[in-house]
Amino acid sequence: MASILDHARITVLEQGVGLTQAGILEVLQLPDDEIEAALQLAHEVRMRWCGPEVEVEGIVSLKTGGCPEDCHFCSQSGLFSSPVRSVWLDIPSLVEAAKQTAATGASEFCIVAAVRGPDAKLMKQMRDGVAAIKAAVDINVAASLGMLTQEQVDDLVSMGVHRYNHNLETCQSYFPNVVSTHTWEERWTTLKMVRESGMEVCCGGIIGLGETLEQRAEFAAQLAQLQPHEVPLNFLNPRPGTPLGDRPVMDPKDALRAIAAFRLALPKTILRYAGGREITLGDLGTRDGLLGGINAVIVGNYLTTLGRPATADLELLQELKMPVKALSATL
Amino acid sequence: MTYCDRCGDEGVHEACAQARALEPPRYCRHCRRRLKVQVVPSGWSATCVEHGAIDG
Repeated sequence: MASILDHARITVLEQGVGLTQAGILEVLQLPDDEIEAALQLAHEVRMRWCGPEVEVEGIVSLKTGGCPEDCHFCSQSGLFSSPVRSVWLDIPSLVEAAKQTAATGASEFCIVAAVRGPDAKLMKQMRDGVAAIKAAVDINVAASLGMLTQEQVDDLVSMGVHRYNHNLETCQSYFPNVVSTHTWEERWTTLKMVRESGMEVCCGGIIGLGETLEQRAEFAAQLAQLQPHEVPLNFLNPRPGTPLGDRPVMDPKDALRAIAAFRLALPKTILRYAGGREITLGDLGTRDGLLGGINAVIVGNYLTTLGRPATADLELLQELKMPVKALSATL
Repeated sequence: MTYCDRCGDEGVHEACAQARALEPPRYCRHCRRRLKVQVVPSGWSATCVEHGAIDG
């Protein structure tokens, strides 16, 4: 009987068709001695359907903390005893952060706010901030502002925001264990509006929230159904004061299985290394991921935690002969 | 009296010091107040309402 990797070599690598949920689960259940082969195949799939370029992005928090939602992994919820205080970034600092991001060669700069959805104050700050960035920096601007109304979607399009991030975070069946203040379906509704607006859809989540392997496979299959332009893959970084603050960091081997499985589920999608990779996989993990299906990275720091220096990732890309995707190639 | 700038408890903690390699400070070492912290791609800034800017 052919193994799941033999099957994936035909359907995913040769035909560009992602694995089914059952196939994804088989990859997530591979024994340790087959992880390397899974990563190798995922890398071949990425090279065949996406190419060698790596999309580099910087992210910044425009409005930190004080969020009314209860996402159990998040240190920015105002409902937990997290030490993260509420703070707003001013426009000159936002532009400076975009400049610093562009200086790394990045083509993406994502502005993030810890909110259920944007209010009038935040939308004004976005309008002013995006205009100031576009006047000073040559970089694509993305946004992540929670759940949107149709009017807000239209406003973001008119500002020139080209991609919108709204993570489903985990699969539909596990979501109520992670968030109680809104539903997975509400997030899906925002994603549909974003898709129909013409903005690129960026949607991923966090691995290691306590979901089963079956639910991890369900999540990858649901993302494949959505067909986002980009999937950011985070690994839980347990934050003090949050309900998931005492969860263990996930097993690095499981993280590598997840990388391979998500690539084999999403052969043509930008698969981005996001938060938690340093604490889960260490420095070597970045290399393993980039040689295992990942074709995009967040460089520098995250929203409330710190990452590897951007130079470390850029030097690694050079060593691996993976060119940074140019801004002109993203337009 | 000094406080841990990660957890806010008294003293210095090895585990917190290790975690701080990938985290900005969250508490003032002098007064234990929570800091206003802004993380940007290339760094962070932190301010205590009583003691001012915190150096990295």
